Amino acid sequence: MPGADKETDLSERIESFLSELKRCGRGAGSLRDSAETARETTALLRRITAQARWGNAGELMEIIRKEGRRMTAAQPSETTVGNMVRRVLKIIREEYARSRGSSEETDQQESLHKLLTSGGSSEDNFRQHFAHLKANVIEAINELLTELEGTTDNISMQALEHIHSNEVIMTIGRSRTVEAFLKDAARKRKFHVIVAECAPFCQGHEMATSLCKEDIETTVIPDAAIFAVMSRVNKVIIGTQTVLANGGLRAVNGTHTLALAAKHHSTPLIVCAPMFKLSPQFPNEEDTFHKFVSPHEVLPFTEGEILSKVNAHCPVFDYVPPELITLFISNIGGNAPSYIYRLMSELYHPEDHELYTGK
Amino acid sequence: MADSDGRQVDSINHSTEEDVKLQEVVQAKCEGKELTKEEKQRLRKEKKQHKKNKKDDRGPPEKEKEKEKASVLAPSKPATQSPAHKAPVPVNASASESPVAAEKPAKSKAEQRAERRARQDTERASKQGKKEGGQQSASSKPKATPNELQPVVKRLPEHIQVDDPAALKKLAKKLERQQVPLRSDYGYKVSLFSHLHQYSRKNPPTQQISIPATVIHPSIVRLGLQYSQGIIAGSNARSVALLHAFKQVIQDYSTPPNEELSRDLVNKLSPYISFLSQCRPLSASMGNAIKHIKKEISNIPSQCKEEEAKRRLQECIDSYINEKIILASEAISKYAIEKISDGDVILVYGCSSLVNHILCEAFEKQRKFRVIVVDSRPRLEGREALRRLVKKGIRCTYVLISALSYILPEVSKVFLGAHALLANGYVMSRVGTSQIALVAKAYNVPVLVCCETYKFCERVQTDSFVSNELDDPDDLIVTRNGKTHLENWQTVKSLGLLNLVYDVTPPDFVDLVITDLGMIPCTSVPVVLRVKNVDQ
Repeated sequence: MPGADKETDLSERIESFLSELKRCGRGAGSLRDSAETARETTALLRRITAQARWGNAGELMEIIRKEGRRMTAAQPSETTVGNMVRRVLKIIREEYARSRGSSEETDQQESLHKLLTSGGSSEDNFRQHFAHLKANVIEAINELLTELEGTTDNISMQALEHIHSNEVIMTIGRSRTVEAFLKDAARKRKFHVIVAECAPFCQGHEMATSLCKEDIETTVIPDAAIFAVMSRVNKVIIGTQTVLANGGLRAVNGTHTLALAAKHHSTPLIVCAPMFKLSPQFPNEEDTFHKFVSPHEVLPFTEGEILSKVNAHCPVFDYVPPELITLFISNIGGNAPSYIYRLMSELYHPEDHELYTGK
Repeated sequence: MADSDGRQVDSINHSTEEDVKLQEVVQAKCEGKELTKEEKQRLRKEKKQHKKNKKDDRGPPEKEKEKEKASVLAPSKPATQSPAHKAPVPVNASASESPVAAEKPAKSKAEQRAERRARQDTERASKQGKKEGGQQSASSKPKATPNELQPVVKRLPEHIQVDDPAALKKLAKKLERQQVPLRSDYGYKVSLFSHLHQYSRKNPPTQQISIPATVIHPSIVRLGLQYSQGIIAGSNARSVALLHAFKQVIQDYSTPPNEELSRDLVNKLSPYISFLSQCRPLSASMGNAIKHIKKEISNIPSQCKEEEAKRRLQECIDSYINEKIILASEAISKYAIEKISDGDVILVYGCSSLVNHILCEAFEKQRKFRVIVVDSRPRLEGREALRRLVKKGIRCTYVLISALSYILPEVSKVFLGAHALLANGYVMSRVGTSQIALVAKAYNVPVLVCCETYKFCERVQTDSFVSNELDDPDDLIVTRNGKTHLENWQTVKSLGLLNLVYDVTPPDFVDLVITDLGMIPCTSVPVVLRVKNVDQ
């Protein structure tokens, strides 16, 4: 039966995606670009919308929520997956509301009066069936995909507004967004880049060699020298893994030190992050926030005699509080960290912040 | 020394009687005849007189009083007070002699001589009047002023003038004279640091000298090699190794027939010190140790027999090591252990022998604490500290410096070692220390620096650029997952690798400095220096 084939095909694809997510969790190398992950997640969600069996918006949202939970459980640190799921859920809500013809889409939670009188959650259960809902949702997801493809270019287009000539810019580790940003500015301006290598994975080395190909003057420094050279740096431009709901960051380890050093020298800290990295999570307790990899990176097994008597830690991420950040540059423009909550309300519906229904 | 004498004397070319005698003596030297000790002393006095005459052209008259007093003392006594002016002055004189020698041919020599003699006579006459009257005050004033306001006409150390071709040429000439090999820089230097040397570990300077070395003592050669390859690292270890090598040198030293031990030994040590600084720039602790030894050698009275003198010097070196390093670390441990309480979580960075000693002592005294060792690439010295602490039985955790923000909320105190303490309160230490202090301050964790007083130095510095050391840049290259990204960094035109060794920590990040004199705030360093100078 064609229906069954489609279903098995779909579940196969979902399974393979999940296993890929689980695998790429080893090492903070992010063997996968987060933009790629976002694209693949969205493509998969589009396929689910197209091929799964659902009658109304409520059922579709339930299916997507279920798959979303499985995907985030496979790799909790890869937040772009959850973000894309929430985006799609918001798209479904919007399309449903538009199909119903009501003007509610604009008044989701903005009116306090509405909040009080409506009693919290919306009263409709998304049970109405609309014929064109599927097509509309798929079209909206396509738009989302187009937006995802253009994020890096949108960010790099703003580079010349922020980098003047003869500047010394500092960055840490490897971020493809920042790389594109700097390369775009280097076409017209001459400046110097200092890259902190970010042990133990030393991704800064790759970043430096890649920047050198565009003839940008680059210097690689070990992490310990960050404060020492900071007095000569004009700007710090970094990428991040996630932007949290309070405007803070979850970035590679060493970023908090970099941010503190920049604050001490009153050097502006600019974060280049596309909107799909914005996550409605808050920085929780250390146990759920941090991800660790094998301590072999830090203390190799060749140091056998002392290994058994020593605790070695290798955290992957750092929390950077929002007061250390000067500016966020994203595909929709530049924003202060205090504005992040507003952007979040435009991207996600508050009910979707937790993908777990009930608890 | 001999060559410069000859050159100076030739350029002056006077024709008074003493000058004739001088010329004879110089000619005799050039012909290779041995001068007696007395002739050498006379030669020395006359040279000083010439220098003083030259100084009249530009030096202020009050300096002459000191010079007259100092002319009978040895020139190499920087610590005592009246030659305090003399020490910078002959340096100035020798530095200014080359331009003076160039100017000479402009005016006729007879005219200059006449002018100078006339000036000297008038000044001497005026001084006679002043001297009777203000003898007491004049003699006490110069003694007081060097103490309060030494005009610091210090010579800029060579190792931070690499971008100046004139300084490089001077160094090359000096090394050639001393028969010490000149080490060449390696690799592309980051433009911010073009004033510093950058050497490669693969080209040690010992490759260029013949073995057995004729000028440099073999224990010094070995020491230099150990420094340049990083086998001996850490300021205490380097100082102690240096002093032991000097003991060996003194043991093997024998005074040549017509020389005094106090002068000749100091001259013999100069090429050794140049060689060692070519292998690796001298640390502040080594500089202080060398100053101390030179002073002790110059203080040996001339009638002392050689065996007695050598024994005295060996004892003096032993007592220096004992007092300043070993006993000092005992005293510091005693103070520091008061600051360690049960249940503490102590963070240490890299491998400081002093901090390790403190922790081991505290553990022996049954304090219950655990240690977090923070380490950084490329030196990874923390692993050595980790081994020592684990051997003692202390519970340890190990992280890299990028994980500092993660681990700091657990920490109750930070103990740091220092390479040197500068006179404006800044702490010069291994690169990364300032970062640790910065993040600890942000988390409100107290930072304690442990440092012996012999590492205090009179320099001032506000950032880590002007005076630092650049290590071999190839150390940053690492192979991960079979890929070495920076392998051919030399071929890539716009890529530079920076491997700093030291950085300076501002005093507002440091809460307390524990020294053998007690627990002081960072800003009290000049007070301690002053107290030490008065003692000596």
